[in-house]
This record gives sequence, C-alpha cells and structure tokens, in this order.
Amino acid sequence: MSQMAKPFFRTVYDVPREEYFAPGHGLCAGCTAGTIVKLLLKVAGPNTIVVNATGCVEVSTTPYPYTSWEVPWIHVAFENTAAVASGIESAIRVMKAKGRLDPSKQINVIALAGDGGTYDIGLQALSGMLERGHKVMYVLYDNEAYMNTGIQRSGSTPEFAWTTTTPVGSVLRGKVQQKKPISDIVAAHKIPYVATANPGYFADMMTKFKKGLETNGPSFVHVIQPCTTGWKFDPRYGIVLSRLATETGIWINWELENEQFRVTVPVPRRKPVRDYIKMQGRFSHLTDQDIEEIQKIVDQEADRINKMVGRTVIGPVVEQ
Amino acid sequence: MSKALLGWRELKPGGIIEEPGNSSKRLTGDWRTFKPVINQDKCTRCLRCWIVCPEPAISVVDKQYSWPNGRSWKFTVEVNYDYCKGCGMCVEECEPKAIDWVEEVK
Ligand SMILES: Cc1ncc(C[n+]2csc(CCOP(=O)(O)OP(=O)(O)O)c2C)c(N)n1
Repeated sequence: MSQMAKPFFRTVYDVPREEYFAPGHGLCAGCTAGTIVKLLLKVAGPNTIVVNATGCVEVSTTPYPYTSWEVPWIHVAFENTAAVASGIESAIRVMKAKGRLDPSKQINVIALAGDGGTYDIGLQALSGMLERGHKVMYVLYDNEAYMNTGIQRSGSTPEFAWTTTTPVGSVLRGKVQQKKPISDIVAAHKIPYVATANPGYFADMMTKFKKGLETNGPSFVHVIQPCTTGWKFDPRYGIVLSRLATETGIWINWELENEQFRVTVPVPRRKPVRDYIKMQGRFSHLTDQDIEEIQKIVDQEADRINKMVGRTVIGPVVEQ
Repeated sequence: MSKALLGWRELKPGGIIEEPGNSSKRLTGDWRTFKPVINQDKCTRCLRCWIVCPEPAISVVDKQYSWPNGRSWKFTVEVNYDYCKGCGMCVEECEPKAIDWVEEVK
C-alpha cells in the first residue's frame, strides 16, 4: 500500500511554534546546522530520542553542564551512532512487547551525524542498521568536511575543494577525488525511504523528516549544510547558498520512497554552477577550466537523474 | 557568562544533564557586531526569518500590531537579542526588506 505523495508541510503556517532546540549553543553565527536541527525537532516533537555522533552539532549543543536539547539525547562515538540507535529502537520494541511501555506510543529514534561520521567512520554501523531493518531515521548533515576539528577532508568533500588536508599549492589544488555518492550507497540497501534535502527549501525538508519518521523501517535523510567557516563565505549567505546549490543542480532534492524515485524540487532552468562556486573561498583558486569541469559533472548527473525519472526535471543551464 | 566549574563530586553519573534546554542560560548575544532590527511597519509576517534563524533567536508572539494604513496583524515577529549572534541570515531572507542591519555601538 503506497502512501499518497501528499505534502505535510507546505507553508510557514504548517510549521509548529513549539521549539525543542534551545538557544545559547555555540554553533558559529550563521551555522545552517542550527536551522536544520531546530526544524528537525519541530517535526519530531517531544517523543523523540536523538543519538548524536561526535561533531560540530554535538560539541556545540552540549557544553557541559549545559544542553540545547529539550528531548532525550545521547552522545556516542563516531563509529557507533547507528549501532546505539539500533539498540535503543530494539529496547523500545522489547519494552512494548513486555508491557513496560504503552505499545501505542510512537517514540521517534533519530540518529544524527556529520559527513565524517557517516561517509567515513560510521558507515559500517549504518550499513548494519539498514540491513537489520531498525525503525530509525538517520539524518546526515553534510558540511563536506570534518569541520569541528578544523576543516579536514572527508569522503564527502567535493573535488577541488580546499581543506587543511587538501591544501592548495604547486603540487595539490584542493581535493583530488570526487564526492562519494553516499545516498546512492544507502539506497542500494533497499530501505523504504531515502531522501536528499536542503534547509533552503524548509517545507520540502520538513516533509522528508516527517516521512522518514513515519516510515516503518529505516529511513535516511541527507541534508546539505553550508558551513560559513569551512566553505569560507559571509555568515549571512548560508541559506542563499543552500538554495543556490539546488538552483545550479549541484545538489538535487530527491526522494526514493518504496522504490519510487521522485525529484521533489524540479529545476526547469538551472543557474551555472559558477554562481555557487564563486561564493565560496574554498574554491577561490579554481580556474575557468576547473569550473567547466565541475559544470560537466553536474550536467552528467542531471542527465542521469532525468533518465531515471523519464523526463526533464533538471533543465538546461540558462544564464540569467 | 562566567561560572564556577563543577567539582567531580557534583557531577552526575554518566555526565547526565538533568535540565533540558539549560543552554539558554548562556547568552550568546555578545557575539554580535551588527544586529537585525525588524521594521514592524514593513514586516509582512511571512515568517521566513523565523524559519531560518539557527539559534533560535526569533519568535512569533501573539501580539496584535496595526500598520499605519489600518491593516492589523494578530501576531508579531520579535528578535531576542540575548541570543542573536548577528549572522544576518534573516536579513538576507527578508523579501520585503523589513529588517535593518544596524551596527552595535557601545
Ligand atoms: C574516534 C574519533 N576520532 C576523532 C575524533 C576527533 N573529532 C571530533 S569532531 C571531529 C570532526 C567531525 O566531523 P563530521 O562528522 O564531518 O562533523 P562536523 O564536525 O563537520 O559537524 C573529529 C575528527 C573523535 N572525537 N573520535
């Protein structure tokens, strides 16, 4: 029985006023992770347990003895986010079966980790959780490097990006390899719900969180999270840059729901990827030729997505 | 934001923090060099600033407000300067350009 693709969140008026994310945290001014986590908790509500890997969100929201979380939250090591979330979900299931918890009570279990904690270090536990089929929503906030320890490259860092471990000089010109297609790797586990999202499209993102939480099994939501410190842009442009990622097609918002693939934010006329690149200091060494190369990769990906959908959802580049 | 550090005898086993959301005791407003000031006569209550604020330091309050032309609103959008770090994302997001960006002078 397939769920109707009805949006749960359409306008700002669908967004609850209640906050479960308290201010006073130490995230950088203009950190879009704050926006993502705040909206995630608005969707999930109070009956939620969050399992948070080490990383910026964890460190900044819990400067001991303070916490910004208004829901139960646990900090775990990098390697075992998905394993701990699996254990919590299993415990809830058993306690319900034994009558120690009301079986009708919905308790959300959310695993939350950065790209270093997901693409690289926590991948094995994540794969295990997906394969075993735990009812957990895994949210990946992707700032494309290990930001909390000072901008080291991860499996998510895109080609050419400067980081402290992919420096720019006469030998290297930023990262050599391309970004790992983590959501495709997750989707290959054939779990019921996988989506990519963007805080610049809050209604789309929140709808995906909602769908993920209502999935009867594992779900995975991969959210782009522009990082003012690591990507080197003025803090005020975090959301502008988020949207530009989708407008240029370098970040496509899609969902895979019970094997049905859908692009949730079609882009009939794309902006050139240069618009996105030029706003970020981590790409400031790029030549026109490098940008051309990135544009080609984006074009190829758009083609692949269009073929998968069977029509043009990501249109051609139109200079505006 | 000065505080005495807890000694080990006062710590809870497992490092448990028993007061949800107590980071609100940490006022991060002093990070700011510029501040957003909402011009209530221009604000169309689209709430985009409230959506994007990462602190969160912007709230929607049930406070009636009337524009000079007589149009009346049931709610108002307010910035909490105790927490606003002055990132300016709300200013960028504001389509009617109703948020002024004002330098802090001490
Ligand atoms: C096993 C282990 N290795 C290294 C560290 C040091 N460390 C703390 S945060 C961090 C970076 C995390 O990067 P990511 O997962 O991308 O999240 P972000 O900080 O970017 O939010 C690292 C390497 C650690 N805490 N544990």
